Amino acid sequence: MSSYELGIFILVGINIIAVLGVSILTGFTRIFSFGNAGFMAIGAYVSAILSMRGHVPFVLAIAGGALAAGLIGWLLGKLTLGLNGDYFLIATLGFGECVRVLFEYLDSVTGGARGMPGIPAKTTLLVVGLSVVLAILGAWNFLHSKYGRNLMAIREQGMAAEAVGIDTARYKTLAFVVSAVYAGWSGALFAHYLTFLAPNMFNLDKSAELTITVVIGGLGSIAGSVIATIILTVLPELLRAASTYRMLFYGVAVVLIITVRPAGLMGYRELSFGWLRRWIQRWRAPKPTVEPELKS
Amino acid sequence: MTAILQINDLNKAFGGVKAIQNFSLEVAECQIYGLIGPNGAGKTTIFNTITGIYQPNSGSIRLAGTELIGKKPFQVAGLGIGRTFQNIRLFTQLSVAENVFIACQKDARYGLFGALTRLGSFNRLERELREKALNLLDFMGLSSFADARAGSLPYGHQRKLEIARALALDPRLLLLDEPAAGMNADEAAELVEFILRLHEQFKMSILMIEHHMDVVMKLCQAITVLNFGQTISQGSPAQVSSDPCVIEAYLGREEQPC
Repeated sequence: MSSYELGIFILVGINIIAVLGVSILTGFTRIFSFGNAGFMAIGAYVSAILSMRGHVPFVLAIAGGALAAGLIGWLLGKLTLGLNGDYFLIATLGFGECVRVLFEYLDSVTGGARGMPGIPAKTTLLVVGLSVVLAILGAWNFLHSKYGRNLMAIREQGMAAEAVGIDTARYKTLAFVVSAVYAGWSGALFAHYLTFLAPNMFNLDKSAELTITVVIGGLGSIAGSVIATIILTVLPELLRAASTYRMLFYGVAVVLIITVRPAGLMGYRELSFGWLRRWIQRWRAPKPTVEPELKS
Repeated sequence: MTAILQINDLNKAFGGVKAIQNFSLEVAECQIYGLIGPNGAGKTTIFNTITGIYQPNSGSIRLAGTELIGKKPFQVAGLGIGRTFQNIRLFTQLSVAENVFIACQKDARYGLFGALTRLGSFNRLERELREKALNLLDFMGLSSFADARAGSLPYGHQRKLEIARALALDPRLLLLDEPAAGMNADEAAELVEFILRLHEQFKMSILMIEHHMDVVMKLCQAITVLNFGQTISQGSPAQVSSDPCVIEAYLGREEQPC
């Protein structure tokens, strides 16, 4: 494997972790956030500083970055989750930009806009692979427990969720904190892969990209989020030959997926063997002229 | 008979509109109580005030002695009040079983660590709650739809599922907001049988809002009639239905001969 391919694999893994966080928040709780790049930045910088100045083991640096992001997420959630959907979105957008600008101003700690070089390169394919497995497993178990079901109840019907005894404010905060922890985790891996950080890597574009990936993968689907991340990370690389028009193709592809499949690739469905078999059978079988439901 | 729900001198105004004025009511243990009145009389406002969605301007609401005013909706549900909504509010993208399962989850005593690692009592608790949910669906005659999407059910079944979800809370008081809305006479008669059956089985008190008079007359042991936020009559079905005030509220006053 060339180092270029290796790099793509690692980037896909790093993006999957951040997107899973947004998937739990947006796909399963229907809370939209344009600030998750801010949490990535917090995870990245905190872990990098822990590594470079504190000389702590890599695992602790990742944990520190993820927890710092989670803590800030908790504070921000407490302050803003009472706001209505649109207003909350604006608040997170402001938060993401604040974090970016703050890291630019903290020149002595972060190197400001010039960036922060010399972070130890510790993110190997093995570390990313293990992280992705752990992140998917964690998200799956979280969503298939009372926590995940309560989030989905809030997504479907907030008032009814309260009426069956769900503390909606508490669970919304939980979803937000989990998404922040995942973003921080992803940011920590990112910092130790690139070995260089600059605040404008975590701008609004990055936040938007995370949310777009979840929407394209389909709301309410872990598998959809993972597949969409792979496609959207690899696609720009495949299009590198057409360098000038690369982002145009990317944009057209996004519009096509949304128009052809408004529910996203896997809206409210997960990959299962039964589903995969039916899907393959449908592809193989000749298209019936009459819809099968009408016959019975 | 001891009272399960006691409402005293409840007042609720939205700006200048007095939605409920000096409303008092007492529902006894195991009683089925009817709340009727023309549209806009304030019936659903009373439900929303009991369940903590609205905070009243004054008055008190007690469930078996515990003051409910100031409590949030999820706390009221935790104290044992299950409710349905006038316009059905199901978790439509989720399966029928999950709808009931979610309401059973107050007994899911595992933490985040247990959920992530599946260690400890997680699997046993999940299995027990799933069983409880499926048993409830069985009782409601919905078990054949357990895996269907809740939003895909026919209307009558959706109403039943909403009642099943409320029952999953093991409520001491069940609030039904127009359970027979949109039903024809046959369906309404079936609903009456069904409510009597579940009342027999679960032995809770029921407070219901309903417009179908035959449903109210067959089910309720006591009735309160509201009009423009004020109580105009209170008593047994026979007393209420012969009260001239009630007839006037529903049909209007006879024109005075000149």
